[in-house]
Amino acid sequence: MRLPLALLGVIAAASFAGPVIGTGLGLDPATVDLADRVAGPSATHLLGTDELGRDVLLRLFEGGRISLAIGIAAALAAAAFGTTVGLVAGYLGGWTDRVLMRVTDAIIALPLLPLLIVLAALDLGKLGLPAWLVQSEDISLLRIVTLAALIGWTTAARLVRGATLVTRNRDFVRAARSLGAGVPHILIRHILPNVLAPLVVATSLSVGDVILLESVLSFLGLGIQPPLASWGSMLSNAQELISTAPLLAVYPGAMIFATVIACNLLGDALQRRFDRG
Amino acid sequence: MIRFAAIRLVEIAAVLLLMSFVIYALIGLMPGDPIDLMRSADPRATAADVARLKALQGLDRPLFERYLAWGGHALGGDLGYSRLFAEPVTSALGPRLANSLLLMGTSFVLAFVLALALGIAAARRPDSRLDRAISLFCFAGVSVPTFWLALVLILIFAASLGWFPASGIATAGLGGFRDRLAHLALPVATLTLAGVGGYTRYVRAAMRDALAQDHIRTARAKGASEARVIWRHALRSALVPVTTILALSFGGLVSGALVTETMFAYPGMGKLIFDAVMGNDYNLALAALLLATATTLAGNFAADLAYAWLDPRVSYQ
Repeated sequence: MRLPLALLGVIAAASFAGPVIGTGLGLDPATVDLADRVAGPSATHLLGTDELGRDVLLRLFEGGRISLAIGIAAALAAAAFGTTVGLVAGYLGGWTDRVLMRVTDAIIALPLLPLLIVLAALDLGKLGLPAWLVQSEDISLLRIVTLAALIGWTTAARLVRGATLVTRNRDFVRAARSLGAGVPHILIRHILPNVLAPLVVATSLSVGDVILLESVLSFLGLGIQPPLASWGSMLSNAQELISTAPLLAVYPGAMIFATVIACNLLGDALQRRFDRG
Repeated sequence: MIRFAAIRLVEIAAVLLLMSFVIYALIGLMPGDPIDLMRSADPRATAADVARLKALQGLDRPLFERYLAWGGHALGGDLGYSRLFAEPVTSALGPRLANSLLLMGTSFVLAFVLALALGIAAARRPDSRLDRAISLFCFAGVSVPTFWLALVLILIFAASLGWFPASGIATAGLGGFRDRLAHLALPVATLTLAGVGGYTRYVRAAMRDALAQDHIRTARAKGASEARVIWRHALRSALVPVTTILALSFGGLVSGALVTETMFAYPGMGKLIFDAVMGNDYNLALAALLLATATTLAGNFAADLAYAWLDPRVSYQ
């Protein structure tokens, strides 16, 4: 539990504080220096420079900021939506439950990556979204978070539904109901706290999944678009220089690997802790 | 059981029908439809030309009407013409489907055999040093970005050592058996390494559950050898959940290697889907995505059936 937490802590601290400290020292990840391209490590550039002479280490921190922010935002959004669906399905039961669970099953049963590629390539203008939004710099970020949340909520929904089914007939819930508590009150105050443990585990696992998904889409050119950069899009750029500067491709991949394995180990450790009670 | 299977089949057909419409509608929302492309290719085209072309291709009709027309042709076996490959969609799909099945099938068998060995070894001595090492390896396997793993393998085994070719399916003009095998090596290695971690975790969990059951203690008490206990008694009950997982991954055989195939320029279904979507090849993308959906659903169906068939305690009444 300590090791993955420490690893995640270091990566997060570097990613969120790194760019700020860099700016304070007069270094900027976006500074282009065409005279000093694809250079090896030096005192000024600890990990060397990329194809535009930008500092690789600073760019890694900057990319981490985007990757982590997407991972956390999408995992939380998916957990929130999934929890709502799960609570409603589990508590109301009957037809509502059947329909919601059928939809959940159907989504789980689809080949997600091919479909995501279609969704990521959609022309948002044709969907009728306003032009200022479609042309905004952050649209690629919003799109990834939405897509990841859209396919990620099913795990939380199933977990929460299962736990709700078990909890809703426990004595304290019956007592609350007989005292006249309303449905929202029962769901939030009595049932939700009892499903929190598995939900936390699932969310920490899904942060890792989202980061992987984001990196794949960005790598295929369908994710984060310039001027923003994530680990995946950095890898995509580095691929063209694979024969001259292979390390440019190795670094961002290693960062993704380290972050995702830390998330997975953390989820596993939390699971064990909760199992012990 | 038959009743259950029949209901599931109807459900699958319904999901497929619904998905065919969803995918049809989504494809229409992609940037650059065929008319746009023609217009950018010919600057002299006027608005009247565009309208005439749209009417010619039926693009002026409402979405649902176009979908029905497409569905009618598709049911008759006519999936249209692929712009990208300049041949009918059905003949573009065939060889690539075979390539994908070869690639995925090989990696799948390798990953599964490895997972069986690792999972059983880990489950026999829980929390031993070996168990922990295997568990860490599994976490690494499920956490590694596939495209990066492919890249690293290319760097080491193709660029530096020069042992295996980095892309394609065969050397042009050569194409013997050994050549095909050499081209399969790196993509198969990538998919095997990426898959073995997940499978091992399932095998280990299933084996641990199986080894904790009463009939195992009975077998040991009767003096059965350790090998017999593991292979005859425990593995048999452990295979029930494991088979379910296997059937589930069957669904991924068609499109599961999208990233790997793209990385190695391997002409399979995954790369075809990616190329068709990116290249605005509507007919091909539509057919390939539906095929991928159908196999995934079939895999899930097989998993349900296998589960009920293998475990007499499960009933779908």
